[in-house]
Amino acid sequence: MSITEPLIFKHSRSGRSAVGQYPQGATAEVPEKFRRRKRAALPEVSELQAVRHFTRLSQLNFSIDTHFYPLGSCTMKYNPRACNAFAMLPEFLGRHPLAPSSLSQGFLACMYELQEMLKEVTGMKGVSLTPMAGAQGEFAGVAMIRAYHRARNDLERTEIIVPDAAHGTNPATATMCGCTVVEIPSLANGDIDIEALKAALGPKTAGIMLTNPSTLGVFERRIQEVAKLVHDAGGLLYYDGANLNAILGKVRPGDMGFDVIHMNLHKTFSTPHGGGGPGSGAVGVGQRLLPFLPIPTVGKEGDNYRWLDEKDVPQTIGRLSAFMGNAGVLLRAYVYMRMLGREGMHRVAEFSALNANYLLARLKKAGFDAAYPERRASHEFIITMKRQAKELGVNAMDFAKRLLDYGFHAPTTYFPLLVPECLLIEPTETEAKEELDAFVDALIAIQAEAEQDAAKVKGAPYTLPVRRLDDVRAAKQLDLTYGMRSTE
Amino acid sequence: MPFIPHTDTEIGEMLAAIGAPSIDALFDEIPAALRIKSLAAIPDALSEMEVGRLMQARANQDGRPLNFLGAGAYEHHIPAAVWAIVTRGEFYSAYTPYQAEASQGTLQLLYEYQTMMSSLTGMEVSNASLYDGASALAEACLMAVRAHRKSKSARIVVPSTLNPTYLSVSRAVVEGQNLSFTVLPYEAGKGTLQFSKLEALKGEDLTAVVIQQPNFFGQMEDVDAITDWAHANNALVIAVVNPLSLALFKPPGEWGAKGVDIVVGDGQPFGVPLSSGGPYFGFMTTRMEHVRQMPGRIIGRTVDLDGKQGFTLTLQAREQHIRRSKATSNICTNQGLLVTAATIHMSLLGAAGLESVAATSQRQTTKLVEKLTRIPGVKVVFDGYRFHEAVLQLPTKVSDVLDALAKRNIVGGLDLSKLYPELGNALLVCATEMRTDADLDAYASALAAVLERKP
Repeated sequence: MSITEPLIFKHSRSGRSAVGQYPQGATAEVPEKFRRRKRAALPEVSELQAVRHFTRLSQLNFSIDTHFYPLGSCTMKYNPRACNAFAMLPEFLGRHPLAPSSLSQGFLACMYELQEMLKEVTGMKGVSLTPMAGAQGEFAGVAMIRAYHRARNDLERTEIIVPDAAHGTNPATATMCGCTVVEIPSLANGDIDIEALKAALGPKTAGIMLTNPSTLGVFERRIQEVAKLVHDAGGLLYYDGANLNAILGKVRPGDMGFDVIHMNLHKTFSTPHGGGGPGSGAVGVGQRLLPFLPIPTVGKEGDNYRWLDEKDVPQTIGRLSAFMGNAGVLLRAYVYMRMLGREGMHRVAEFSALNANYLLARLKKAGFDAAYPERRASHEFIITMKRQAKELGVNAMDFAKRLLDYGFHAPTTYFPLLVPECLLIEPTETEAKEELDAFVDALIAIQAEAEQDAAKVKGAPYTLPVRRLDDVRAAKQLDLTYGMRSTE
Repeated sequence: MPFIPHTDTEIGEMLAAIGAPSIDALFDEIPAALRIKSLAAIPDALSEMEVGRLMQARANQDGRPLNFLGAGAYEHHIPAAVWAIVTRGEFYSAYTPYQAEASQGTLQLLYEYQTMMSSLTGMEVSNASLYDGASALAEACLMAVRAHRKSKSARIVVPSTLNPTYLSVSRAVVEGQNLSFTVLPYEAGKGTLQFSKLEALKGEDLTAVVIQQPNFFGQMEDVDAITDWAHANNALVIAVVNPLSLALFKPPGEWGAKGVDIVVGDGQPFGVPLSSGGPYFGFMTTRMEHVRQMPGRIIGRTVDLDGKQGFTLTLQAREQHIRRSKATSNICTNQGLLVTAATIHMSLLGAAGLESVAATSQRQTTKLVEKLTRIPGVKVVFDGYRFHEAVLQLPTKVSDVLDALAKRNIVGGLDLSKLYPELGNALLVCATEMRTDADLDAYASALAAVLERKP
């Protein structure tokens, strides 16, 4: 298979266009000083050419709808089509974000109920839906922690503690909020090093950012002790909701002692990842941080819903988006939660854990090395290819690339950074057993290939639209737009 | 069980393989005291049919009013092909293209998008999008501070004609980083930046000057003079633009003698429905010399092992998953699916189509203003050249008028009296190519009736 689709600019012919798509007849009288002199170099193609081009491009992608996509820490589960269909009802699509609330009660009711449901599943006291992605939710969370300390005139608290297993966004967020990062190590069993935590805590501690279960695929068993230590030291606890899928309906961050949480609705609540967004990073807070929630949120007075803004939340950290966040994503999450219902929430964690532990058990039995063999898997787990890299010269990336030839998207590679040659594998609850079995069979087959013909695995993939790409050339000879380099 | 495929037999087989007595046992590392029994406040599950009924009822509550509101979100025709392709599972349910070989569709599309946005804005490079226009401006301010090493002030000058929420969002996002904003007033009667106030800052250390074109009132700023002044005073220039307007107007890359340094805006007018404010996408383009300071994902073209053309994420050394606390931004996901929509939209309309949409929108707004100002007491507030929005003065309180129009199923515009109290009973209106002449007449007669005046 060697599919190529030329750049759309190659289909372009001067004077060609999809004329049925725009009104005819109007010309603008633009004063000379404002006038555009030369048209932008957009393609000139027919409607069919555009449709065919982008349809062909879509066929070059792996996706959940076409492939098993066990990308650890990303929760690539089925995105129910109903969520999309109902979020795209014409009334919702046509609603202007600043439309009066008298013409918005249906939409606002959905948002209010979504806030309430998210409070319930996280055990928090208040929710704001405005952050537009996980990283913005993190930003909101740390900004609220900062605002809390500042409101108490506790100005020295500028340190954020982050375990070494954390997502890169955690330290990046702390920096963005004007904090300094204090990194603490994990123990060999995957838990936080409590002694290191104690040593890191002090009068400068603003808070700690934790993912639980952690990115190592294990539950932080001493979380209550961690919470007490941090609170006693005057800090607050931030929950990175990347792995909320693992515990939905089983245990709640609010009950663990967390003061603030961001949720990735595009993970746990199954809104689409869209090739890299839109996400949605709703935040939930405990009592202490309620006054600082980002605006707007939706309030209810009698049977009437309305936006709450600066007047209602005077200490808010402010607005994070021009309007109210990724409303269409929020509608999809709302539909998903209504379809799951109370019982369905528990089953998310149960079956994602069942699938992960089953996959782990089968891979261990097949001779692969679990990073934390003594631990239960959460909804994901790590295997390490350190042995294969040393003995066969075939590393985790080689296995990942060869999996693509077998028709599986690769797991997350080389993250978390502290486990060498790692594959972080998250099957999610929506995959059937036979898919998991086929994935195990593929890894076993690749292992056999690696033992017999390492070069074959190292040269993978062979059957995709392209083979391995020259990333060094991409970064050194920057070619970021068509026409930037005269290579054609 | 919705979306869970396991049969009872399979559950038994899987537990046996794990060596666990029950699914519940898989959670035995979680302290017992923390385990919850039920989620009382979550309602019972609904079938797809039932949830469809509920959502249609909610949608019906909001209806489909006739819309004359813009203020950063604009109602335009979206070709049917756009979302038919966007919602193909291969785009809709894929993730960030970390495995480039398995993501060439998304990557090539993003490269095409970068090419289109660079050309449209007259700049050299584009990233693969940011969250929305407002947060893109915040990122641009932070980027300007990084890029302008000679300026020590981290001081950003913004006109009060900038979309007020863009300023609020920028303040909130940069709050932890010691930036300051100096807001300059607009000229009464003109609704554009009071140039003398800018000139009064001569000699001060300014990191960047922000210019929105057309500005929040829909008026056109003297962008050449402002750009040249800023550069002469060693400040960078950040342009905030409606990308549709660039089909008609001079791109920021050609403002003044040298062009601006960073361009941002909201890409919503390109194939993205109003949908209550999101998801939209922010765009950012810049000069090549600043590319390493640009936040967000960037796609590059390269070759594979066989020398064949391919596309990949590049310059990742700027990003959080590599640089962690030293990254240019914490941004991780962007708005890929909306960029998909915009790229298809731009391809279908082409430069000629966008020009026609922009010109028709401008014409309909001009007609709307003519019709509404025939009503006694309704006046245009600002002179000068406009794009597709205008500020009108009403004889009575705007919020009351908008409430009355809403009862007639008309969204009449944005009440400016809280954002700009000095303007009195001021209303910001917008008409795009979607509004027919009959729509404009319907608005005019409704407004006349509400104001109890004959047009």
